Amino acid sequence: MRDSVLIVDLNNYSYEIEQRPDLFEKWIGGTGVAVQLLKEYMDPKADPLSGDNVIVFATGPFTPAYPLASKTVAMFKSPLTGNLGESHAGGRTATSIANAGYGAIVIKGESKKPVYLVIENEKVYFRDGRVIWGIPDSLIVGRIIAENEPGRGIRTMMRIGGAGEKLVRYACVTTETYRHFGRLGLGAVFGSKKLKALIIRGRKKYTPVDPKKFREVYDEIYRTAIESDAMKKYHLLGTASNVIPLNELNSLPTRNLQSARFEKADEISGEALAEYSLGRRIACSHCPVACIHLATLRIPYENEPYFFKTIMISYDYELIYSLGSMLGVGSRDGLLRLIHRVESYGLDAMSTGVCLAWATEALARGIVSEKETLVKLSFGDVENYLKAIDYIYEQPNEFYRHLAMGVEHASGIYGGKEFALAFGGNEMPGYHTGHATYLGYATGLRHSHLDSAGYSLDQKVKEITPEEAVDRLIAEECWRQILSSLVVCFFARGIYTADLISRAFEPLGVEITEEELKKKGEEIYREKLKLKIDMGFNPENLTFPKRIFEVKSLHGTLNEEFIRKAKDYYVKKVKEIVG
Amino acid sequence: MKQLVVKDIEKCVGCGLCMYACSRKSAKTPEIGNSKSGILAVSLSGFERGATVIFCRACKEPPCAQVCPTGALKPKKGGGVVYIENLCLGCKYCMDACTLNAIFEREDGKIAVCIHCGYCASYCPHGVLAYEEVKA
Repeated sequence: MRDSVLIVDLNNYSYEIEQRPDLFEKWIGGTGVAVQLLKEYMDPKADPLSGDNVIVFATGPFTPAYPLASKTVAMFKSPLTGNLGESHAGGRTATSIANAGYGAIVIKGESKKPVYLVIENEKVYFRDGRVIWGIPDSLIVGRIIAENEPGRGIRTMMRIGGAGEKLVRYACVTTETYRHFGRLGLGAVFGSKKLKALIIRGRKKYTPVDPKKFREVYDEIYRTAIESDAMKKYHLLGTASNVIPLNELNSLPTRNLQSARFEKADEISGEALAEYSLGRRIACSHCPVACIHLATLRIPYENEPYFFKTIMISYDYELIYSLGSMLGVGSRDGLLRLIHRVESYGLDAMSTGVCLAWATEALARGIVSEKETLVKLSFGDVENYLKAIDYIYEQPNEFYRHLAMGVEHASGIYGGKEFALAFGGNEMPGYHTGHATYLGYATGLRHSHLDSAGYSLDQKVKEITPEEAVDRLIAEECWRQILSSLVVCFFARGIYTADLISRAFEPLGVEITEEELKKKGEEIYREKLKLKIDMGFNPENLTFPKRIFEVKSLHGTLNEEFIRKAKDYYVKKVKEIVG
Repeated sequence: MKQLVVKDIEKCVGCGLCMYACSRKSAKTPEIGNSKSGILAVSLSGFERGATVIFCRACKEPPCAQVCPTGALKPKKGGGVVYIENLCLGCKYCMDACTLNAIFEREDGKIAVCIHCGYCASYCPHGVLAYEEVKA
């Protein structure tokens, strides 16, 4: 197992490598280890956009031993929420970090001039980034670096676009063109450190303690992944398969959640995209599923007939929701152009969509005027949304400077908080399924739908008490700390059961029972919650925008009393857990 | 004689399962990582253009063997090479000689090259690779 930690200091362009078996034995890897490294290296009161912020990238013990363990955890202080930032990405990042010999990488300090970093096995190179600084398109940045750096096929190339440089608080870090450390503004943290890109490559190895069993467990996981139904959803239409069912369940946020049904859902569904636009499928490193769906978009030149630009655009459910239904955009090509624009600048799609949806409603209600928005934002108007995305990057006036700081911030300045759809400061994901999903966004330690899968609980359970809902969400989130410490893809959660995880550890020389795993999940959850509280998190301050109680969901109209009771209970639980 | 062959390169999704299989191929000493891999999955100047795999195509007159100063790489009957590890200096002349860039450097400075054992073909989930009889 990998237990080396690389610590890079951008203040003086130096680095060191530490062996930390203690850390990886106790906290597994990924989330578990990242929490501890952040505690060690960062002052919880640090300004997220200063050199005091610290970025941790952590992989787990199953990378690259087993398939589907293809994710990396990034942890940092979020400039969007001012609290704990955690974001996961696939691509080649995890395998490249592991093959370069590391379990985790810590980046601290800030560079005076733009740089990009190249990590190659034991060496770190600080490269002059001045020439590529200022290029707003993250795809172009990727191409330029690819021409200059070796490591084709074994390297990861994380980079920011213009949004990160301009410190848009929800800028992402893009890796391998189509995967993202999307949420909570890691791109702005890169930007504030003057770090344009991070390339990692290596060709290292380690050996299992039980070769025979290792190959047997490997084959079992591989066979299950390709032969069983456990990953079918992701293998066929991908996450976009959610569009139609969620729409039918009154759960697809539409036009800033003024409705939860979109009359054009069929046009932008996984089925329609697969039939008319899907051009290619690609995979994260060491994953047989290839769930990355790329649409082909043919755009004619403006003034010359019979000339076309052909662009490949990665789509997923969350992008279809946030830049499609949430903005009332029902044309596939329009949606794809919006996704492409967001991708180019390196913005988080969910936050961008929710911010624009709020701005559209704010304009319609007269809270802001066109003097602020510069274009007449209206639901379904793709051309004006494209311009508005440019403005989020360019920030030509005060309004867009505020909008670039997130919907909670912008609505704090201009009003309209009751329809500003953020939870814990993070713009909402695309599930209006019921009470549990919103409780999940609010209580999840990274305010993500993937923390505790409330949307799934809503779909599974008809009757539930507020207390029971909170208990079940916390239990799910505790277990997911194990998955994100391993770090296996959450889409493979049906394969990586406690039993399998325990057996997969054995040939690597680690004995851990299912019970011990569950306990460890709770410990990691507690550690993360404590860190969040040290950073200023107070569950009593959680608020729920009025809008969610106004629109019928799968569970009918939601009940404020239910949410209030659940919140009170959660506040009590937090006190119990942290002691 | 059986060799590793490409059935349909356009189907490659760049997952690299072949690369990790190659590292695991020894039943007694499987490795975790990519040090020993003699096959590499790459994107075609970015994943928007798709992916491909790079490995030894079993040349009849392998230039890598011709430049090897110690006889660590020997032409194999029917094409390709045999790699005798303990003769290898790690000079990497072979890496320069290969037109396909299908010889790779290992962690210890020696080389990794496909020996056409076919192990990886069983782990290609999308029908890109196969292990088949070919005419000598």
